[in-house]
Amino acid sequence: MGTAGHALSGAARSGALLRAAPALTSVLFLGPIGAGLAGTALPAFGWLPAIGGEALSLAPWRALLDAPGFAASLRVTLTTGFAATLLSLGLVVLFCAACHDRALFRRAQAVLAPMLATPHAALAIGFAFLAAPSGMLARLLSPWATGWTRPPDLATVNDAAGISLVAGLLLKEVPYLLLVTLAALNQVRAPALMRAARTLGYGPVTGWLKAVFPVVYPQIRLPVYAVLAFSLSVVDVAIVLGPGTPPPLAVLAVRWFLDRDLALWFPASAAALLLAAIVAASIAAWHVGERLAARLGRRWIASGRRGGGGGAAASLAAGAISLVVALSLASLAVLALWSFAGPWRFPDAMPRAFTTTTWDAHAGALAAPFRATVAIGALSTLAALALALLCLEAEARFGLTPGARALWLLYTPLLLPQVAFLFGLQVMLVRGGLDGTLAAVIWAHLMFVLPYVFLTLADPWRAMDPRLARNAAALGAGPWRTFLAVKLPVMLRPILVAAAVGFAVSAGQYLPTLFAGAGRVATLTTEAVTLSGGSDRRVVGAYALVQALLPLAVYAAAIAAPPIIWRNRRGLAVA
Amino acid sequence: MLDRRFLLLATLAAPAAARAQPERHPLLSAPWPEVVAAARGQTVFWNAWGGDDRTNGFIAWANDRVSERFGVRIRHVRLRDTAEAVARVVAEKAAGRIDGGSVDLVWINGPNFLAMKDAGLLFGPFVGRLPNARYIDTEGKPATVTDFTVPVEGLAAPWRMAQIVYVYDSATVKDPPRSIPAMLAWARANPGRLTHPTVRNFLGATFLKQALYELAPDPEVLATAATDTTFRPATAPLWDWYEAIRPHLWRRGQQFPENGPAQRALMNDGEIDLMISFNPSEASTAIANGQLPPSVRTYVLERGTIGNASFVAIPFNAAHKAGAMVVADFLLSPEAQAHGQDPRVMGTFTVLALHRLPPEERARFERLPRGVATLTDAELGRPLPEPHPSWMTRIVAEWERRVTP
Repeated sequence: MGTAGHALSGAARSGALLRAAPALTSVLFLGPIGAGLAGTALPAFGWLPAIGGEALSLAPWRALLDAPGFAASLRVTLTTGFAATLLSLGLVVLFCAACHDRALFRRAQAVLAPMLATPHAALAIGFAFLAAPSGMLARLLSPWATGWTRPPDLATVNDAAGISLVAGLLLKEVPYLLLVTLAALNQVRAPALMRAARTLGYGPVTGWLKAVFPVVYPQIRLPVYAVLAFSLSVVDVAIVLGPGTPPPLAVLAVRWFLDRDLALWFPASAAALLLAAIVAASIAAWHVGERLAARLGRRWIASGRRGGGGGAAASLAAGAISLVVALSLASLAVLALWSFAGPWRFPDAMPRAFTTTTWDAHAGALAAPFRATVAIGALSTLAALALALLCLEAEARFGLTPGARALWLLYTPLLLPQVAFLFGLQVMLVRGGLDGTLAAVIWAHLMFVLPYVFLTLADPWRAMDPRLARNAAALGAGPWRTFLAVKLPVMLRPILVAAAVGFAVSAGQYLPTLFAGAGRVATLTTEAVTLSGGSDRRVVGAYALVQALLPLAVYAAAIAAPPIIWRNRRGLAVA
Repeated sequence: MLDRRFLLLATLAAPAAARAQPERHPLLSAPWPEVVAAARGQTVFWNAWGGDDRTNGFIAWANDRVSERFGVRIRHVRLRDTAEAVARVVAEKAAGRIDGGSVDLVWINGPNFLAMKDAGLLFGPFVGRLPNARYIDTEGKPATVTDFTVPVEGLAAPWRMAQIVYVYDSATVKDPPRSIPAMLAWARANPGRLTHPTVRNFLGATFLKQALYELAPDPEVLATAATDTTFRPATAPLWDWYEAIRPHLWRRGQQFPENGPAQRALMNDGEIDLMISFNPSEASTAIANGQLPPSVRTYVLERGTIGNASFVAIPFNAAHKAGAMVVADFLLSPEAQAHGQDPRVMGTFTVLALHRLPPEERARFERLPRGVATLTDAELGRPLPEPHPSWMTRIVAEWERRVTP
């Protein structure tokens, strides 16, 4: 924070520091990742003198391999990670191929963006309320359709195979990949490609898959890798929906990191490092898969088959996407329902009575995590915005062209498992006496907020009409005045959207808050996940609902603000 | 694993114990009004398991009281597991932070308490300094001074009693099983209607310890630390029993609720008919709050059930020791104890000796309603003592080994 503020005022004086902005940003957000990774890698090989690990050894790895259920844990990590990624990508591609010429498709963006703002944990908790044997779905169907007067003895959540975990992940990953794909479609002149394909007699679905998908995929490759990495290493959703005995590897590592037996830090570090290796190997394997698919795809394209009208595919895809949207909305609705419920036993489809008792009893307890979430979200977003704007301005002013490497750097925090570097980061923070402070948590959040803010802002910023800045210069404005008086106002809308995205990312962070906050900084997310283990559904519902609504409200404000602020500037009116 | 743990903690502790012994913290000899004065303005970070919202509500109430009365604020750090707080203190010690620590007060007992005590991580003895400590029922409730066979030695202040009861739905269960062997027969006859929290959770471990009490050939061995030679013969009948009952548990014993409240939700939804509880009035409290149907009742086993006390302890490096002492004393006050025992609040039994209280304080307890599903003290019987913490640690590890595929 302080550093960013200094950068701003220092640069305002000379502009010389502006040139350093990209470097400063990389240090600020990649430095802790590197240090954290090293701080996890050393204990993985037995080195952590503070707790008696004074010789390098492979003992932590032996302990990890000997841990009960290690093989099953590894298996469920891989199967759920790949299943969630393949399914969400498959659904998105099918939907785009089959529905790109429908009205539904154009509306998708407006529906999906708010869904993306909802934190994973809240959706997962709501989904569990829906899908559990005693959940809303079973209640709606019982006893008239199912004959159940008691919940069935079926593992519909926390199942050992991780099916409910995959379903919970899809609720977030499908909207994310779809939005990314929609953005990519705007850059590849998809309509022209489709016209050409249709002219050549290709059906809509086959035409899209053969002409548009091959040029879109390279644009969404990094987001797909991010989804794969996230699915393999997620902790909060896995705690709520995943299997418990044994849990996925990431949850196992966190469980050991939090154990009172500090000797478990060694195998926990090994597990975290192994997870990082698994993610790297999985991305590499995915890349090989891409090559294979491309080879097969080329043969298929060359075969010249035109395909049919794709009516069935369109219905299937539209149905699947609608199901994802409906399940997400229902997950939020059921949270609200529980938070206002009186006594509500199975198989009643509705509570016996509605009451505000839960809210009255917990309003006070909700206030502190609410304030913390707002403060951390606002400050980490502001810092990220400042850094992103300075980097983009430096880019424009000094003609820097960020290459593919810069993009990979930006994605680093999204591709590395959080658990692989947060422990090392915590050790570092403890040494510096910074753990448990708000500043440490904001810094930890910044690592994840910054990439999203930058990626959201970069395209509109780079697409800004260069004549605006030239005109301002011709009228005698200096570069900073142009930046402040012309560029920022013109870019208000994308800036606010980027801020809303950043805030949502911060509000959803579980593990970074837990580790950097040393358990003392409680946000709505950490509280909701802690409670989700067992508390009264009415209380969990209230916490998760507030957790979900806060970023949504920020997003709504970001959309609503520009037309109000610019109501007397016709040229800036939102189209 | 176990031996390494104690070795590790012992090596950590040895130099500290040698260093800390001669100088006593000034707060341990200061007159009480000075402690109260030093506490004013402090914020006490009370690390306490956050999974039970009745307890969370009680902690919030305590915060209101101590802030208005002593100018001390309580920040409830909600833990998923108490071990998280222990790990944090150990980590801080390893990092050389001998004061300004992040944990001021921790709700603790059993293996967590033993680990902290053995490693010299606790501040005190401070209990004797608390004015309300004179009302603690040390004779009638020996668990207030001996935690899981480990002498507390004034390093932790008790704040509520716990005893195992079993909760059943009288609408569906007419004759609940009153012994551990009978429970196996009942589960066979009612498959899927019984479960226990995961054994990583203290209540789940307690489910097995209670069975162990009845099944161990010689329960006397449980009073001393488990060793490789005592553990296997003492627990062999337990594992035979568990392997026999497990396929008849909820979800065929493949899945377990995360903790007590999660198990209670299963009971409320009718997924199970019988469950263990560590709070004799949990059923009454839950009925009053709409968390269990009005038809649930409680009972104890014929040969008695395990009981213990919950404590609060202050880590050696706590930043706000005076505030923590004031909070610990407030928790022992008849006002807080009676509030906690109210079935509409937590319903947990007091650690105080009611006959030693002044009449007007005793009246607070006599006014309390007894819930419909709460047993009388006579029905509850004298609680069985907890086994040494090492039994719990080993049982958890052994269970983990047996249930993971």
